[in-house]
Amino acid sequence: MAIKRTNTTRSALPGLGIAGIFLAAGLVTALMVGRYPVTLSDLVSVLAAHLIDRPSSVAPAVDNVVLLVRGPRVLAAVLVGAALAVAGTAFQGLFRNPLVSPDILGASSGAALGAVLGIFFSLGVVGVESLAFLGGLLAVAAVYLIGSLLRARDPILVLVLTGVVMGSLLGAAVGLVKYLADPYNQLPAMTFWLLGSLASTTLSDLLPLAGPVAIGTAILVALRWRMNVMSLPEEEARALGVATGRLRLAIVVAATLTTSASVATSGIIGWVGLVVPHLARALVGPDFPRLLPAAALLGAGYLLFIDTLARVAAPVEIPLGILTAAIGTPFFIWLLTSMQRNWS
Amino acid sequence: MTLAGRALAIGYRDREVGRSLDVSLAEGEVLALLGPNGSGKTTLLKTLLGLLKPLAGEAMIDGQPITSLPAAARARRIAYVPQSHVPSFAFTVETVVLMGRTAYGNLFSAPSAADRAVAARVLERFGITSLAARPYTMLSGGERQLVLLARALAQEPRFIVLDEPTASLDFGNQGKVIREMRALAASGHGVLFTTHDPNHALRAADRAFLMRGGLRLAEGKVREVLTRAKLESLYGTPVETLTDDATGITAFLPG
Repeated sequence: MAIKRTNTTRSALPGLGIAGIFLAAGLVTALMVGRYPVTLSDLVSVLAAHLIDRPSSVAPAVDNVVLLVRGPRVLAAVLVGAALAVAGTAFQGLFRNPLVSPDILGASSGAALGAVLGIFFSLGVVGVESLAFLGGLLAVAAVYLIGSLLRARDPILVLVLTGVVMGSLLGAAVGLVKYLADPYNQLPAMTFWLLGSLASTTLSDLLPLAGPVAIGTAILVALRWRMNVMSLPEEEARALGVATGRLRLAIVVAATLTTSASVATSGIIGWVGLVVPHLARALVGPDFPRLLPAAALLGAGYLLFIDTLARVAAPVEIPLGILTAAIGTPFFIWLLTSMQRNWS
Repeated sequence: MTLAGRALAIGYRDREVGRSLDVSLAEGEVLALLGPNGSGKTTLLKTLLGLLKPLAGEAMIDGQPITSLPAAARARRIAYVPQSHVPSFAFTVETVVLMGRTAYGNLFSAPSAADRAVAARVLERFGITSLAARPYTMLSGGERQLVLLARALAQEPRFIVLDEPTASLDFGNQGKVIREMRALAASGHGVLFTTHDPNHALRAADRAFLMRGGLRLAEGKVREVLTRAKLESLYGTPVETLTDDATGITAFLPG
């Protein structure tokens, strides 16, 4: 081969390694830290007891804390963090804009309306989560349909604008439902849901979360090489031989599945899908085959640390949306300042 | 094999940009497309690339309507070198050139060893092998233009269509791009490019197509078509001609 080793693109392994270590550190921290601290040796023996059937000498209470109390919540944080980061990565590429987040097409606002309606009609946890999931899917479907009916010369721009408009309309509907809600029981529940939390996650929440996230992520990973080309201007991508219309639909469907499932479980957690893709690109570059796994690992680790902070930083739970915004906003401002020379 | 437009009306659904256009490009020749801003050059280019459906008439490759070809089949015959721009993401040069192999894989496939060999070969041809691992966003304008040329050639097309390939390049890089277009024709490719500089057309092209207000003003061998009178009526400005007595080479000065 003519290309010498020194000239080829640098390996992705160091970057992926760092992301993997970050996630592992997040996992261990999240399982150890809390109102009931678990030592590292206790954690290891609990995991060993259940993973490789080694007899354990640890108190049953520790076993319960790790497996039943923290376990589901930790897994949910991993899934939601990875899902939001992967969807954000896909959308930033598809819309050729590094300032886009996974809810740009209205997934979060649709889910929010579904959830507040579920709470308003006292539907219970399963009902609220199902409505939130459906709301997210329907909102994006409506945006996509309206966007394609408009048939403008720049389909990407029309899609984003329709998403913004739809988000605003759905936000008004959420406001209306909150205004009509019972201010003593329903309104606090709605507010808490809209700020995002994994506090009430149980084992039974994991399957409806993991299914759509796995399907959506699998589609995006399968399309990873084409997603490089999709991040070029529309006509360039078509001239390179890509049927952009169908591919765009596939990417939107996959990213929306993961986003809607996450939002339905955790409520609205902003900034993860915006911030993490940038960290991943800094680590392994913009090439999707390596960017997607890096974003998934970093997103999972990032949300784990945030969720651990939410549990232990104060006597009461801090909503996740507040923490991700408090950390995400300064990062975003830094991003804007460092990008300025490209804009001028 | 020829790339041809017959009795083309070009434009968008709500706006006709040009009509009665007959163009043809054979393998091994360079055709320059000249015209003032807004004359419809880019629209004609996109129609011949199959990116835009003609409003009337037919854009054909090998006697087949271009828009009837699937995207990948089209990309294996015609490559597009867009006006150089700074992309949103810092892909490496190697990744950018590998994107030229998109039409040779299926929806899910990674670039094969053969694809990587083609990419290495075209990088070598343009003398930019040393740039392979560099982020495309960090290159100079001239280097970026060469990378886009390499990506087009990686498509292994019969025809290469370039949109103002010499615009916003320094003098030396303009010369380099002109030489590369000649070299592409010499290796059997049909090359079509737009330019605002008649001197570049004289230097690089065999034939020129002059367009004004969406209509053909003239077409033919560069020496016959690129004359003072034709250029004055094309651009609506006085033009002076300079001729080197020793070599007989002509150049035009505007104003």
